[in-house]
Parts: sequence; C-alpha cells; structure tokens
Amino acid sequence: MTPTSPKGLGPLLIQNRKPILERWLHLILETYPVDTAPLLKKEKDPFLNPVRSTIAREIEILFEELLHDMNGERLSTSLSSILKIRSVQDFPPSEAAGIALLLKKAVQEILETDPQKETDYEEWARFHVKVDALALRAFDIYMECREKICEIKVNKALAEKEMAFKMLERVGFRKEKSHRGKDSDG
Amino acid sequence: MTEEALKGNALKIDHTTPDRGWMDPAVEFRKGTYCYPASVKHMNYLGLPNPREWQPYDQDWKLPKNWKSILLEGMKDRLKRYRSYKLFLDICVRCGACADKCHFFIGSGDPKNMPVLRTELLRSIYRRYFTLSGKIFGKLTGARELTEDVVKEWFYYFYQCTECRRCSVFCPYGIDTCEMTMMARELLSLIGCNINWIVEPASNCFRTGNHLGVPPHAFKSTVDFAIDEIKEITGIEISVPINRKGAEILFISPSADYFGNPHWYTFLGYLMLFHEIGLDYTWSTYASEGGNFGLFHSADLAKRLNAKIYSEAKRLGVKWILGGECGHMWRVLHQYMDTLNGPADFLMEPVSPVTGTHFENAKSTKMVHICEFTADLIQNKKLRLDPSRNKKWKVTYHDSCNTSRGMGFFEEPRYILKQVCQEFYEMPENTIRERTFCCGSGAGLGADENMEMRLRGGLPRANAVRYVQQQYGVNLLTCICAIDKASFPPLLEYWAPGVEVAGIHELVGNALVMKGEKERIADLRGEPFEQKEENGHV
Repeated sequence: MTPTSPKGLGPLLIQNRKPILERWLHLILETYPVDTAPLLKKEKDPFLNPVRSTIAREIEILFEELLHDMNGERLSTSLSSILKIRSVQDFPPSEAAGIALLLKKAVQEILETDPQKETDYEEWARFHVKVDALALRAFDIYMECREKICEIKVNKALAEKEMAFKMLERVGFRKEKSHRGKDSDG
Repeated sequence: MTEEALKGNALKIDHTTPDRGWMDPAVEFRKGTYCYPASVKHMNYLGLPNPREWQPYDQDWKLPKNWKSILLEGMKDRLKRYRSYKLFLDICVRCGACADKCHFFIGSGDPKNMPVLRTELLRSIYRRYFTLSGKIFGKLTGARELTEDVVKEWFYYFYQCTECRRCSVFCPYGIDTCEMTMMARELLSLIGCNINWIVEPASNCFRTGNHLGVPPHAFKSTVDFAIDEIKEITGIEISVPINRKGAEILFISPSADYFGNPHWYTFLGYLMLFHEIGLDYTWSTYASEGGNFGLFHSADLAKRLNAKIYSEAKRLGVKWILGGECGHMWRVLHQYMDTLNGPADFLMEPVSPVTGTHFENAKSTKMVHICEFTADLIQNKKLRLDPSRNKKWKVTYHDSCNTSRGMGFFEEPRYILKQVCQEFYEMPENTIRERTFCCGSGAGLGADENMEMRLRGGLPRANAVRYVQQQYGVNLLTCICAIDKASFPPLLEYWAPGVEVAGIHELVGNALVMKGEKERIADLRGEPFEQKEENGHV
C-alpha cells in the first residue's frame, strides 16, 4: 500500500490511537476551570492527582472497546470510574456525562489532517453510533452515581435513627413505651 | 501508552482573560455543597451574636446593619492579638507550592480551593483596609472591597477547608492555612454566620458535657449496656468506674465512642483493656467529651469547652489524664490546652502504673494518648494477644490529620496494629504519615447536607484505599479519629465499596486474651470467628 492510498476508519483510528487519546484527555481536562486544568495536566502521580490519572487510564479502555466488541461490563466499569468523580463535581449532567461525545471532536481534529483518511459515510456513521451508545451509557451511569449519593444520604439518616433508638433503648425508653401501649390497649 | 503520548504536548488552554476572575466573589450555593446555618436555639445557648433564621441561598443574609465595621474591627483586633495571623497574611509570595495539595482542590477542581487562593480571599481584604499600598492602588495590589458577596464567598470556601494542614507541610514559609481558616471563621461568627454542625455540638457540650448531648444518667445506662455486651462476649463481668474521686487516672474519650457506630466497638475495647490490666481510673460524666467543636468556631469557644478537662481532673483528684482515640481532640490537648487552661500544676507527670514508663512527652499537659499507653503495654509484654481473632481483616491505617501533622504521631498505632492483626498493608507513601490525606469531613464539615462536597474532599484518601483494596485485598481501614470513623463509612461505600472502618482498640479488644474469659466465638461486632482460635502468644 502506498502512503497516500486510502484506509478504512478502523485502521486509521488504531494508527492514530495515541494522538486521539491525548486529545480526548485534553478535551476532558479542558472542561475544568481555566486555573485548574494546567495543574491537572502537570501532576502525573495517580495518588496525588486521581482525577487526571483515572480519566487517562479509563479512556484508553473505552477507546479499545470502541474499536472492538463494546464489552458492556468493561465499558460500565471504566465509565463508572470516571463518572463517580464527575458526578460529585461542579458539572451540569450534560457536561459530566458528555465526555464520550468529546471523542468525536478529538477524532475529527486528529484525522482532519491525515492524508490517508477517506470519507466512507457508512463507516463514520457506524463509529458515531458507537460513540452515541457510549454517551447514553455514560448518562445511565451518571444517574446511577447520583442515585448512589442519594442512597448513601438515606442510609446515613437511617443509621443515625437506629443509633438514636439504641440509645433510647439503653435508657429504658422502649420499656416505658410498651408499658404505655399496654395501658392504652387495656 | 497515554502517559507517554502526552509528553511534550501542551494542553490547549485558553489564555484569554476568563469571564470571571478570582476577585469576583459571586458564589452559587448549590444543594449538597454547603452546610446548614446554625440554629437560633443553639446560637442563643452559647450567646453568639446575631441569631436568626436564614439560609445561604437567600439573597438577604440578615447581617447586622454595621456588619462591615464589625468585620474590620474584628480583623484589626486579631491582627494585634495574633502575630502569626499578620505574618501569614504578609509573607505569602504565591509560589503555588500548596496549590494542588488540598484534598478539596484535588477532588473538586475548584481553583478557589487551592489553599493559596482560598487565603487570598481573606488577604485581599487585609490589603485593601490594612496596607498602605492596598488603600492607594486597590485592585492593582490584589486588594478587594469588602462586600456582602465577599462574606458569602468566605462562608462558602472557609467551610470547605477541614483545617487538616496538609498544605502547610509543603509551604516553604510554613504558612499554616488552617490558622487562616480559623481566623475567617471567627470573623464570620462575629456577624452570626455559623454552621449548625459546629454550633449544635458545641452547645450540647456546654450543656451536658459532650457533643451528642448525652446526659449523665444516659451515659451511665450506656456504660451498663457495654458491660452487658462484654459479659456476653467474654463471660467476664467488668466494672466501669464513673466520677470516682481519688482514682489515679481520668479517662476521657470523644462522646462518639459510646454512641456512634463503629466507634462503639472501640469503646468496648477500652473497657476490656482497662479491666484486664486492673487500671485505677475513672470516667467522668462532666468531662464526658474529649472532642472540642469549639476549635472549629473560635479560640474563645475552644477554651470554654476545654476548661472542663482540667477542672474535672482537679475535682476528682486524679494524678494524670488518659485520652481516647480522637483527632482534633488531640490537636487541642497537645497544642492548645496548656496555654488555654493550664498550667496543670496540680497533676503529676504521667507514669504507667503497669510498666512504670514515664511519658515525658506529656510532662507539660499531663495527658497521654491511649495508643502510646497501649503500645507501651504491648512493648513490655503485659498483654496476652491472639491476632488470629482478627484474621478476617486485611488492615490498612489512615493517619488522622491532627494526630499526624498536629502531634507527629505515626509509629504507635502501626506498632499496635502489627501486634493485634495478621495482615497489615500501608497505603502509598505519599498519602500517609505527615502527607496523609484528610477524610474530607473534619473541622465540623461532617454533616449530611454537604455530602457531595465531602465526597469530593474524600476522593484522594479513598483513591489510596481503593488501591490497597485492589492490590492486597484490604477490607478494613483503621483510624484513631472519631470523625474519621463516622465519615469514612459513607465515603468508602461510594469510592471503595467493601472496605469497612474500625478503631484500633476494637482490634485490641478482639485480640486481647483476658484472664478467666470463656471461649470466644465472635468478635466485638458479634460476628462469628471463621475458625477455632489458634493459641495466643504472650
């Protein structure tokens, strides 16, 4: 194959994997405030900068799955790692869960200048459908995270109520209550 | 890999002036990110200024008419009283060493959570009203007008700092940003802007002696309940002295220990240990709280709540004081109590009645941390321990901010854990000891209504817990702070499900082979041991 001969979209994505992932990561980091994004980029230690390292690690997996089988479990696990973080940060739902759609922009920007690209409409459409499916799955997971936060709050309230009842029990409250109950029944 | 791909490639940052610079104080109070204001009832009980009904999202905060002069007078007064305050306002060169060290910044990405910028919110007002250059050149020197929006911004961001002091470890000038937060909170309190999760416990503490508002008879009932549980587990009926005059030692712990979960099991561990070594000690229903939420409000309130400790030690005629597992309690005891309410010249230098060890480090305050005490017992082979009773736990240890950075207290808890457990794993080096990450709920921020903010702040710590969970199968996070014990369970349920939380003395209580005990079939949580116990060792 000569350097100028056209390739399908799949091989192009594989060939440009690194720059696409890099651009996708940057597009996600650019959703953070202007004063924050450079610091997020600078620190590479996964324990000192879990936001960046988690996103960088997980989008690699997402990209692999997009190129291959779209394994539901792997996609969910990776999306969950990212969206757990973004669903507690100051993002509106569209922006928190919209990370998948940024991949379209990254791919478009990187492949725009590739001389080997071809404009096979069907291939592009299939790719877009996959990314859209990823985006919808991301929104499901975002909702799961938000529901989990709600569940944690409810569980905490219930645990506090339980603690209070235990305390009352220790000081004899239940005994008195059942005694009153008997009186009223009688 | 992606990391390599990034080398040499710049992030495409828009360097044009943002729509809103840091000097714009406008804040959006979104549910889940802020704490509820203090209730009128508890403000009144403590005699705090400007009690009223209000909410942070209200347009009108019902501040006093002369709020501005109150704040500026308050700043002036504190600039005279505290040299460190003035020094820290003046010397910061904004090098940025602290910028990415705050757990709230790491977790939220909000630039105003960079310690340098959070302090700048206060510093900009100082420049405008207390420096010549700021008065003349205003914004050019980073000075800002004090407006109601600035007050709202202070309330939002200074109640997003857990006073953990991680940033100060990295500051080349040693600026203690925690003290800046303390000053800002004191100022806010002058105009009645407090949060309920601090003021209510402080008010309870002032009324009943403890944060939870447990009255003396309920404390006694709780202790009786613990005695029954211990008898059920060990077959031994222990006695727990309360308000006993003439005891050698006064024991004080955070009230969560005898009320909260999983604190309760640590409480059982204390009682079993004291019985086993025959300690001559007493609890107090008056000094029934080691913690001090006054610390998160103002120096004056911290002093008021702390006073009961020495006062009760004097009344009961004890020789020295032993303290339980708590974080901020130890910051007050270790760093402030001596000057707040000391000198405790009526007490003696603490000496372990079991080993004869002199706790010279506590010569001044006369108060010893229970982990020092227990580690000394183990070191001197005074306890019979069976670590196999904790075999179901793969344990890691979280250095609580106040005991680590406030006391330099690193080895004793680890020593105990290695003696009472079979498997112990450290989290990554840059997340423990003096560089430990806060739980994100300290300094009065452990409320329910700000859960999202707490989850953001807890991300760096939970991320390290998740790592040891995945690497080594860690299933228990131990800590020696009552707030940690309360805040980690929901945090880990979100970030690292499957990891539970315990105090160190819960594991001591499990491993402790007591004289005359029946064959134990379950741990302090009532969960059956997996297999028959192996022989204990001395």
